[in-house]
Amino acid sequence: MSLAVKNLSYAYGKHEVLHDLSFEIEDGMLVNVLGPNGVGKSTLFKCMLGLLPNYSGEIFVNGKNLKSLNIKERSREIAYIPQTHASIYDFRVLDVVLMSTGNNLGVLATPSESHVNRALDALDRVGVVELSDRPFTQISGGQQQLVLVARAIAQNARTIIMDEPTSALDFGNTVRILSTVRQLARDGLSIIQSTHQPDQAFLYSDKTMVINKGRLHAFAPPKEILTSTLVSEIYKVDIEVNSLYEDRVRVCIPIKEVQER
Amino acid sequence: MNDEHATASSLTHSLELARRNKRKGALFLLALAVLMLVLVCISLMLGRYPIAPQDAFKMLFYHVLPIDVTWTEQAEILFYNVRLPRIIMALMVGACLSAAGAAFQGTFQNPLASPDILGASQGAALGAAIAILMGLNAYSVSMMAFVFSMTTIIIVFIISSRAKGNRIMVTVLAGVMVSSLFSSAVSFTKLVADPTDQLPAITYWLMGSLTSVRLEDDLIVFLPLLLGSTVLLAMRWKINVLTMGDDEAATMGVNARAIRAIVALAATLLTATCVSVTGMIGWVGLVIPHLSRMAIGADYRILMPTSMLMGASFLLLVDNVSRLASTSEIPIGILTAFIGAPFFLYLITREKRK
Repeated sequence: MSLAVKNLSYAYGKHEVLHDLSFEIEDGMLVNVLGPNGVGKSTLFKCMLGLLPNYSGEIFVNGKNLKSLNIKERSREIAYIPQTHASIYDFRVLDVVLMSTGNNLGVLATPSESHVNRALDALDRVGVVELSDRPFTQISGGQQQLVLVARAIAQNARTIIMDEPTSALDFGNTVRILSTVRQLARDGLSIIQSTHQPDQAFLYSDKTMVINKGRLHAFAPPKEILTSTLVSEIYKVDIEVNSLYEDRVRVCIPIKEVQER
Repeated sequence: MNDEHATASSLTHSLELARRNKRKGALFLLALAVLMLVLVCISLMLGRYPIAPQDAFKMLFYHVLPIDVTWTEQAEILFYNVRLPRIIMALMVGACLSAAGAAFQGTFQNPLASPDILGASQGAALGAAIAILMGLNAYSVSMMAFVFSMTTIIIVFIISSRAKGNRIMVTVLAGVMVSSLFSSAVSFTKLVADPTDQLPAITYWLMGSLTSVRLEDDLIVFLPLLLGSTVLLAMRWKINVLTMGDDEAATMGVNARAIRAIVALAATLLTATCVSVTGMIGWVGLVIPHLSRMAIGADYRILMPTSMLMGASFLLLVDNVSRLASTSEIPIGILTAFIGAPFFLYLITREKRK
């Protein structure tokens, strides 16, 4: 079991953001988290990453209680890919990836050539190893995101959390990132990513989690739960879910626009 | 099949590039070290009292090697009690202020950070000014400066730990506020100081100078500087990870707050020690890390030693100008800004054109 969350609640002061969430995510599963802005997706992610330690309830990562792990042990179980990364200083791509490989090093040690190999292998796995010597700020946004995916892979954690990994990318790069992530899940990593595009869930998730108002609204394979009613309800717009290619994929259409044509 | 072959070769190529970068970095450091030694040799001969090159070398080694004394006793006193200590101090202060600046710029994720961002310099200035007002001797002035400098940092840390909001932001804000508070306190000491002797002493201290450095000063500062710079060098890899921000660093297994506290303490120890002996020498700690970054890149594994070597050479060079350019000494604190600022402006505009 990659992640097991039991009765998770979290409050910023008196303002409760997450209320009594319970779910389990199996190994090698690709999960999409949907929900409008401000419903607690990011808070949930921060709790699972151990960045907000004062939650109530329990979180188990790969069978280990998150609260019993120190910061280094945690980084060996679960990795994080941020939305975008505005780097202040101009590191080389390889150096950016290397940063995640140090979680087995002592306080004073620096990475050795075996870490360099691990970082290069990770870059190779997402197909951008030829960028290793380039400055991170001078590659495209899509390439930067792939490098951050490589950084998470090089961390050697079995579970990866991605906070809207494609929100700043153009269409081609979005597809590229999501296919890469899909492949990683097939290779056995568990990946939990949030997105604003319900369409993506049909193509790129084994299970979809819908969070609304701090509660777990639904958690099942996308076709079972992402109905016209549910999508319309949580995003508060009229949406019709339609089926394409003999129902191998579905899309969400803002139906009002179609009717007015 | 072709694809596999292509990836294999680009992987080897990347590994080769990584190795080459490492070698390049090591060679660059070696070149900087050689440059520094050459500068030291030249500086030993330069001065208003000329010492012939061969005499300078012989004096340096005659204690351990069988060399005939061919110089005057006066020359030897000047060499060992004035020139050599001053050169050593310039090297140490230049290296340590630059290391401290680089460390703060990384751990506070702020390219504008300098070694005195947390108020170390203003604290030292107030301590020195009060000591001068009390009519204490030079040694006590330095001690007071050091104690006040470290106390300032502790005050800043206590304030920032009680403040709400972004950790880095509140720490920097607390530093800026305590700094400006202390700088107005320094202004007040200037107001009440005796204008014939105390006021010039305070003003002169604030401008920074290596003039009165003796061998004992070198020995006193050596241990704290060694301790602080060893910590910074040892932490240079962690500083890399910290530049990514606290949350990202934490998910990669690095405790940002703990590392930042250790690094800030070590960097402040360096700054306080330097400033309390030499007075305020600005700009070095801000500019040198940026110059080093332009030369060798952002990776602190190589940036930290590069900054130290470049800072040492830079301050030695500026100090030579300070003692040789005119008949009376120009305080080095003024010169570092005069030379550092335009050079820096030239560099950033040149980057843009490219």
